[in-house]
Amino acid sequence: MLDVIWTTVRLAAVTTILLLVLATPLAWWLARRRTWWKEIVAAVASLPIVLPPTVLGFYLLLLLAPQSPLMALLHPFGVRTLAFTFEGLVIGSMVYSLPFAVQPIRAAFEAMGERPMEVAATLRATPLDAFVSIALPMARRGFLGAAILVFAHTVGEFGVVLMIGGSVPGKTEVVSTRIYQLVESLQFGEAHKLAAGLIAFAFAVMLAMMLIERTGSRRT
Amino acid sequence: MSGVAVRLKGRVGPVALNVAFEAPAVGITALTGPSGSGKTSLVRAIAGLLRLEGEVRVGGAVWQDGRTFVPTHRRALGYVFQEASLLPHLSVRENLIYGARRSGGVDPATLDETVALLRLEPLLARGVGALSGGERQRVALGRALLARPRLLLMDEPLSSLDAAAKAEILPYLESLHRSLALPVIYVSHARDEIDRLADRVLMLRDGHVEPAGRPDAEARLATLGGPERDRLALAALRAGLDPDA
Repeated sequence: MLDVIWTTVRLAAVTTILLLVLATPLAWWLARRRTWWKEIVAAVASLPIVLPPTVLGFYLLLLLAPQSPLMALLHPFGVRTLAFTFEGLVIGSMVYSLPFAVQPIRAAFEAMGERPMEVAATLRATPLDAFVSIALPMARRGFLGAAILVFAHTVGEFGVVLMIGGSVPGKTEVVSTRIYQLVESLQFGEAHKLAAGLIAFAFAVMLAMMLIERTGSRRT
Repeated sequence: MSGVAVRLKGRVGPVALNVAFEAPAVGITALTGPSGSGKTSLVRAIAGLLRLEGEVRVGGAVWQDGRTFVPTHRRALGYVFQEASLLPHLSVRENLIYGARRSGGVDPATLDETVALLRLEPLLARGVGALSGGERQRVALGRALLARPRLLLMDEPLSSLDAAAKAEILPYLESLHRSLALPVIYVSHARDEIDRLADRVLMLRDGHVEPAGRPDAEARLATLGGPERDRLALAALRAGLDPDA
């Protein structure tokens, strides 16, 4: 059971870190640019909220399979396929949780307004300097919220990880897919342990989110 | 010309600005005019926060002309916004030295001097959240001064303050006025502020800037004597006005 939990935690942690890095420039662009088509980009980035995980999983599977154009690009590096691998799971989880990273960070950047960056410019900070010394620290609650949401959402995903991970024991099997298999094979006692653990985890996450909300609204 | 020369043209919302003026290398030039006349836009354009066509030269340096547009962060300016706009995640001290650190480093003597001038000593270690309006604007002023500006822009720095806070901060501005060897453009439509601070007055109306200092300068000259009078007369001369006309 520990190996499944370890795979789950590792997947969620790697996904969270990579996704925060990836989502930050996108969220910044969405928060700051005033072009009419940015909402189209925002809508595309939000699709995973609405799409059934099976739809996402299906297309991701095609994308990560040996015959796909993406994998053809990776052939020279000795990569033939990422389907049913941990790396493939990370990619799938990142796509699946993208909106949960982009939206809180975007909201935090928007709440900041334009003034702090203008102030920074009048105080000789280059745009990059201002971003690092002002925008990132001012949006820290957005990052914290995004990190918690992405981590929790990745732990809670089932459809995508089953479709592109295949629940290979020791490799791509995570808590949610193990519970499914335990129930299938009528091992309810084992299933209870993991399921109850997830409930406790989910409660802790929601409580943390509420507390962040409250301290935030008290401060501003 | 070692002062400030501005020639800017462009449309900002409903206002078509077409502005040309010069300001001497020392002293406060008040920029006044009816609300909605584009005073803030003009100051933002001088700072490079807003892009208009034209020229901006400060102390021999070209900030903007037909070919070049120096971005705001490379213009040696100090900018005091209408709201203090302190950086909320930094302490008073960190706010003060933010610009200094990025314009040649923090000079402890200058820092001490500015802190003393604006009486910021008891506030230094505090966060900015608990400051009063007057205190916040004093910190904003100190922060702008410590960034080694060649031009200080102040956009209605007192207008968001109540009467008490205003009365608290005006003496600081006056003592600053006496000690500062720097051109200052001071946007305001408050008569008392302009009377107490300005060496000359420009009026922005219908998108154009015109001198409006004559009656005020005359009145002030009549009540003043000694070096103060000489300084004002000099400023008026520099501005191309004849104080005795």
